[in-house]
Amino acid sequence: MPLVNGGKIVDDSFVKLAVDTPLPEGGDILVPAERFLGEAEGLLKRAGKVGVIWPNNRDIAELVPYLGKIAAVALVFPTFRDGRAYSQARLLRERYNYRGELRATGQVLRDQFVFMLRAGFDSFEVKKQADAEAFMQTAKRYSVFYQPTGDGRITALHRRMQLRHSEGVGT
Amino acid sequence: MYAYDEIDRTLVNERVSEFRDQVQRRLSGELTEDEFKMLRLQNGVYLQLHAYMFRVAIPYGTLASNQLRALAHVARKYDRGYGHFTTRQNIQFNWIKLSDLPDALADLAEVGIHAMQTSGNNMRNVTSDQWAGVAPGEIEDPRIWSELIRQHTTLHPEFSFLPRKFKIAITASDHDRAAIKVHDIGLRLIRNEKGETGFEVLVGGGLGRTPFIGKTIKHFVHGRDLLSYIEAILRVYNQYGRRDNIYKARIKILVHELGIEKFSREVEEEWQQIRYSSLQIDDEVIEDIRSRFIYPAYEKLPHMPDELRQAAADPEFEAWRKNSVAAHKNPGYSVVTISLKPIGAPPGDATAEQMDALADLADKYSFGEIRVGHEQNLALPHVAKRDLPALWKALDKLGLATPNVNLITDIIACPGLDYCSLANARSIPIAQELTRRFANHELANLIGRLHINISGCINACGHHHVGHIGILGVEKNGEEVYQITIGGRADENAALGTLIGPGVKFDEVADVVEDIVEAYLALRERPEELFMDTVKRLGVEPFKERVYATR
Repeated sequence: MPLVNGGKIVDDSFVKLAVDTPLPEGGDILVPAERFLGEAEGLLKRAGKVGVIWPNNRDIAELVPYLGKIAAVALVFPTFRDGRAYSQARLLRERYNYRGELRATGQVLRDQFVFMLRAGFDSFEVKKQADAEAFMQTAKRYSVFYQPTGDGRITALHRRMQLRHSEGVGT
Repeated sequence: MYAYDEIDRTLVNERVSEFRDQVQRRLSGELTEDEFKMLRLQNGVYLQLHAYMFRVAIPYGTLASNQLRALAHVARKYDRGYGHFTTRQNIQFNWIKLSDLPDALADLAEVGIHAMQTSGNNMRNVTSDQWAGVAPGEIEDPRIWSELIRQHTTLHPEFSFLPRKFKIAITASDHDRAAIKVHDIGLRLIRNEKGETGFEVLVGGGLGRTPFIGKTIKHFVHGRDLLSYIEAILRVYNQYGRRDNIYKARIKILVHELGIEKFSREVEEEWQQIRYSSLQIDDEVIEDIRSRFIYPAYEKLPHMPDELRQAAADPEFEAWRKNSVAAHKNPGYSVVTISLKPIGAPPGDATAEQMDALADLADKYSFGEIRVGHEQNLALPHVAKRDLPALWKALDKLGLATPNVNLITDIIACPGLDYCSLANARSIPIAQELTRRFANHELANLIGRLHINISGCINACGHHHVGHIGILGVEKNGEEVYQITIGGRADENAALGTLIGPGVKFDEVADVVEDIVEAYLALRERPEELFMDTVKRLGVEPFKERVYATR
């Protein structure tokens, strides 16, 4: 499954661990939430980055004490119809000021990219190669956004205000 | 009327090109039907019994004449020459080809209309009072706020994949014509003691297989906090709404399971976190939206012009005027409702020719504006009283002057088994038969205000729960069976109807309704006592007795 990060297809440095996979010596690991919370101290001591795979039905606030210490949070879309992780992503970015990698995993398709980018995701495990290749093109599909989110894109309402004020200058 | 600016137009065009690409990928096989399904639903495209159905949004029920012409054009060019107005201020086309859809959307985009979020598990078309801006006694035009919500809910990055669909309705009049109590969020525009605009917020109303009347979650949310409060409700719903069972996924079930107190505490907690964020709306933003609503330049015209006095001699005109013409906030003008319920025809249908002609009449008599109501009728909102006789003649020629607004033949019905893949029973033929039974205008007038609502399955698109008489078609042992309720209503005193007894067969429905009506006529204390009031006074029993005594 191709990984898109920073707008490009890249190699994934992280290895995903299951609940009972033996811990590798080094290297970057993505750990399920339950295991992470149980072994956090030990996991964070080892060499290599640690990321957490957080299910979409668990309160993201539980992760807050660790946000400064982890390198990645992987949120899950069990199907593209299940939009809970969009709320988790916005909370992480906008309320808890998480700045590390925020990865979308599961059923990630081209037509969700814009929503995901706006919600704060910057990394995408894309289900289809063609979708991953079309990432940059798809991300630019829209130039108008009505809602303010943490991604900093200017909203239509504010753009109108700016236009109003600049038009007002000469009059 | 709201005039799109370059920003709104750009977004709609970007949406059209995205959808064109999605259709292309579906046709080439790159997208599976399962993947495409969600994408087409987000653009108002359903797969029905015979063909794709295309649902176009008419936000808060306001249409400009050029937009109505564009709908006529779509009906003519891509469909079979007619469209069907729905209970949520949308229009549906029933016979459209998938490969034509991007072009149809592009044609509509030219006049600033679209089909975004008219289906799918997202925030649907915001609906409002079809008399908004012209109703006497209205606090202020609710469409300014509807437009604000329309923008905020369009392609929302967090709430486009909700547990289930989500509908918001808004009213600013004491008499609720927007059915806000049966919406996921109902907003009643009010003013506080300082004269500031705000909203009573209701949540968790809805029909479907488990109907609920919405509950007040907050008595006053200031206008500047409206978006953050809605966002808080949606965030709670998005995270905690059930996703394991689509019949339990609406917010009404969450509100019911948690209880309104616990639910409102959750919302309050979330709201306090986002209340003072960039979601706060300042007056300038509201003024900017208001400035793009175009209001007619009304003339000072007489309340009782000669034209109207003379026409009063014509009993047919008078019957129509008394039935279809309502008071306007400006005394020289009227609001004219146009019945899309001619005797014997499917409720809510309009032909391309009718739409074009109506657009012309709107230009001539109503400052180019048309409204769509949830009762599946249209309205011309600004007709000078002196023009009423001429307008009536023109409407009559088009078959659009049936004087049955709010009467027993003004039936709300879903498409039913004739079109819909979810339906268990026919709706339209029941409606057609009922309009024939009560075709006599004197009789219908004698009965007075009486709303019949028909749904062809438990999903309740015909809002049968809130019909004064509600008819629900179900399937039992391979046969269509209809359950009859009475005493429902969708207005400010919204209530769910009560079942009168065992279901009846297709052929018996019209007879049963006749029995109920005869019972009412015999039971009412005086002619002014409406059907609803008699049911309220006496309960279901006497009607039940009458219906089942001989069955």
